[in-house]
Amino acid sequence: MNGGQDLGGTQGHGPVKPEPNEPVFHAEWEKRAFALTLAMGMPGGWNIDMGRFARENRPPGEYLAMSYYQIWFAALELMSKQRGLVADDEIEAGHSLHTPKLVKRVLSPDDVLKVLHRGGPTERDTNTKPAFNPGNTVRMKNINPATHTRLPRYVRGHIGTIERVIGCHVFPDSNATGAGENPQWLYTVRFAGRELWGEQGDPTLTVSIDAWQPYLERA
Amino acid sequence: MSGHDHDHSELSETELRVRALESVLTEKGYVDPAALDLLIETYEKKVGPRNGARVVAKAWADPAYRARLLKDATPAIGEIGYAGRQGEHIVALENTPKRHNMVVCTLCSCYPWPVLGLPPVWYKSAPYRSRAVADPRSVLKDFGVTLPQDTDIRVWDSTAEIRYLVLPMRPAGTEGWSEEKLADLVTRDSMIGTGLPKDPK
Repeated sequence: MNGGQDLGGTQGHGPVKPEPNEPVFHAEWEKRAFALTLAMGMPGGWNIDMGRFARENRPPGEYLAMSYYQIWFAALELMSKQRGLVADDEIEAGHSLHTPKLVKRVLSPDDVLKVLHRGGPTERDTNTKPAFNPGNTVRMKNINPATHTRLPRYVRGHIGTIERVIGCHVFPDSNATGAGENPQWLYTVRFAGRELWGEQGDPTLTVSIDAWQPYLERA
Repeated sequence: MSGHDHDHSELSETELRVRALESVLTEKGYVDPAALDLLIETYEKKVGPRNGARVVAKAWADPAYRARLLKDATPAIGEIGYAGRQGEHIVALENTPKRHNMVVCTLCSCYPWPVLGLPPVWYKSAPYRSRAVADPRSVLKDFGVTLPQDTDIRVWDSTAEIRYLVLPMRPAGTEGWSEEKLADLVTRDSMIGTGLPKDPK
């Protein structure tokens, strides 16, 4: 979606503010929001792309005004409610008021390190061949879905070069809507800075994104 | 009305909601508080940029390891024991006198957790995510870093599940140093590309 999250090349946000000796978390609630988000993936049954869409799918002004853990938490609340795991009156009361829904699995302390170590690899086997090879010139499609996509606006319509064939990976645009993993070939595509930003672009700049085959057309 | 009502900020609103949701989810049996504590402890105390610094120091000290890391970073990093969530597919990016690499996620906050831990606030912020791909030299300036005008800058936007780790250049004057001592020079920002390793002097 063309939302507040798609920030590449937007202006007026002010300086980057590095924080010396930054703590991992800035408040107790951030720790809990972080851990709840990780732990609820299992009983919640949503995938990472659904999670990303739940975070970005809000008015841009709201997205930009929230801290990152506020965004994470809002998405967790939303997804928990959408799946009938919790209800508004329960959050209001701070207690369970209705019979819990049956969930497949809950993250136990014994499994935490195992689950983190395993992660969620997104590469999948395929019997297809990639349509593009390193060195090929490609144009990024001009797509504007209102649903989740990982093709940022600042590269759409622009010409790039295939640098690397990464492998066949879960396609977020499908996975986020519940339409399945629909694995697609994934490439690193690089762009000259001036292709993206015009004459005023830094001549020493090259930018790359990782792009799935459905985002590309031969140029 | 108590005077504290004036302090009823948006933040405390969030605090209350987080507490409420945690209670509900716990009472319903969806989350185990001990698992939450362990998740927090892991990312607060165990997984952090020190991991990445060990990887970089080993690559500086051991040419065979460096070659393995640059060829396929995920198993090379796995050799030292770092793997998993948000680091399932890692690529190491070699800085050279001619080329400086910088990593960003313009769409969210993708970051190589097993080697760098959780991202700092600035990495997730609009100023960084917007400007890193368009004007990285101005971003470097915000970090007090100036690169030679003829150094090529390559910015990697982490739009998929590939996570990038910058392998900074080994500082001069560190010949014969142990990996442990070298690791002390490797800053988090030098592995994102917004900084350089510490000066050994």
